[in-house]
Amino acid sequence: MLETSFCGAQMKNPTRLASGILGVNAGQLLRVAREGAGAVTTKSLGPRERQGHNNPTVIEWEHGLLNAVGLPTPGYRNSDEEFEELKALKKLGVPLIASVYGTKWEEFAEVAEYVAQKKPEAIELDISCPNTEWGGTQFATNPEISAKIVSSVKNAAGKIPVIAKLTPAANSPVEVGKACEEAGADALCAANTMPGMIINADAMKPVLAFKSGGISGPALKPINLKITYNLFEKVEIPIIGEGGISSGTDALEYIMAGASIAGIGSAVWQHGTGVFAKVCGEMKGWMKENGFSKIEKLKGIAHG
Amino acid sequence: MAKKTEKKKVQEEECDCCCCGDDCCAEEWPSWTQERMVGIEKVREEFPGNKTFYMKEEMDFGPGQFAMVWLPGLDEKPIALIPAEKGKYALNIEGKGEATKQMLALKKGGKLGVRGPYGRPFSTEGVKKAVIVAGGVGIDSIILLAQRLHENKCKTKIILGGRSKERIIFEKELKKYGEVYITTDDGSYGEKGFNVQVLERLLKKEKTGMVYACGPEIMEVKALETAKKFKTPFEASIERYMKCGIGICGECVINDRLVCADGPVFSGAELSKLSEFGKNAYLKSGKRVSLQEYYAWRSK
Repeated sequence: MLETSFCGAQMKNPTRLASGILGVNAGQLLRVAREGAGAVTTKSLGPRERQGHNNPTVIEWEHGLLNAVGLPTPGYRNSDEEFEELKALKKLGVPLIASVYGTKWEEFAEVAEYVAQKKPEAIELDISCPNTEWGGTQFATNPEISAKIVSSVKNAAGKIPVIAKLTPAANSPVEVGKACEEAGADALCAANTMPGMIINADAMKPVLAFKSGGISGPALKPINLKITYNLFEKVEIPIIGEGGISSGTDALEYIMAGASIAGIGSAVWQHGTGVFAKVCGEMKGWMKENGFSKIEKLKGIAHG
Repeated sequence: MAKKTEKKKVQEEECDCCCCGDDCCAEEWPSWTQERMVGIEKVREEFPGNKTFYMKEEMDFGPGQFAMVWLPGLDEKPIALIPAEKGKYALNIEGKGEATKQMLALKKGGKLGVRGPYGRPFSTEGVKKAVIVAGGVGIDSIILLAQRLHENKCKTKIILGGRSKERIIFEKELKKYGEVYITTDDGSYGEKGFNVQVLERLLKKEKTGMVYACGPEIMEVKALETAKKFKTPFEASIERYMKCGIGICGECVINDRLVCADGPVFSGAELSKLSEFGKNAYLKSGKRVSLQEYYAWRSK
């Protein structure tokens, strides 16, 4: 009922663990896979070891979470052991998406070249993290730079499919998505968190150590849902819908907007790692009630 | 704010943690744990470089739970929650890094940011005879535990260990809840040596319902071995470098468990399955290193 395929890989269900949530080590990704995620994504791997920001890095608020973890990474040179352990995902039948980032556009291909040797089912380009001193979102707000990163990574990654993760902060995320498609991207992710800030009045200061961060959770859903909907009309390649999914209907709404699969992140705070099984159960329930036997039939149904 | 009955407990069969996805485990938006600035009512110096801050806020929390404590503009650290009068709490802070050193400069009337309570508490139900073994900075995590056990009419023995006399803190409070044994590395107070030696003696003498441990991981590993030897149930509170505190970022991982959300309290059965317990931990970057290298970084 929920089985689907994405970038040539078979998935038991259309959910995936979004990048940056858990995923520090192989153990957590395997756990999420065992507990029901259709696919898992590593925390973004960077060109060299980096600590990320000081705390507070993630805080809860009335409508979701705000984070600026700041792309901590052991660096790809320190990641062999984790990828070795991640081979166990094959037995579980859960595809691995390896997220990578660079601090300059040229560095994406360097990290992707290493990652491609580990043969993940796909490589995701984090061109849209809002929480870095080099701008971060700057890549995905600019169609030309985004396209340049995609084509350089395509050259380095061989046959591994490449996903470009867009930002809701772009003037036109659809234009950026189209540029990525033309540059050879195999899929798009709509989308990363939205830049934002929370100030504590009593402290008279922004709460996050990085001052600003990325808004996720329920507040992000209508924003990224619209991007998914608009992209579906303009691109041919599959879309990962992501932002504020914590229930079966949340996930279905993204699929109806045109997403092939639905990413889950902040809801892990709300529901723990059992959220994937919960969302899948609720999707099945809705489909039975409404007479759908294949999830793929619902893709893009909200259009027209 | 921050008043809600605890719902996460160590229950190995039914609901293992905060991760089954069912309503029993779900946190709702908006969150009742979110950041607030809390006034300091009283400050007590335990020894130079270590102070207890009595906070002007009521909070429902379980034994072993913690809060993320924020010094605006600088940093935020996980700190154990200590029960104080009228449902309020206290925070024991040791000045190690820049943030905690600056926190120590705060006085009565000052404020600290607080998020929480977080984490899975110690289980106390049905325990009739217990030994708590705590070392150094682990002592502050067991005060509510000892109090709860006392309220449940549990016969409790508490072994406190520290480098030297000044590091044996909260002895007066703990004496109200059970029989207190002291060990110091240098012999400046109580018995010279390690608290786990006393644990072994006590377990040999009489059958005990539960061993609780909180302190340096090496101590906890030894305490678990001792509890196993005497076939006694065991729970320990584990420390790892923590970022979000709410089970999202994955930084405080031990194998596939998160110290902030699945822990910090784990049962002996759970710990026995975690190959990284007593062996590995992760640096701020997420790089896996030996526990020795981790502690070397933490003590910088």
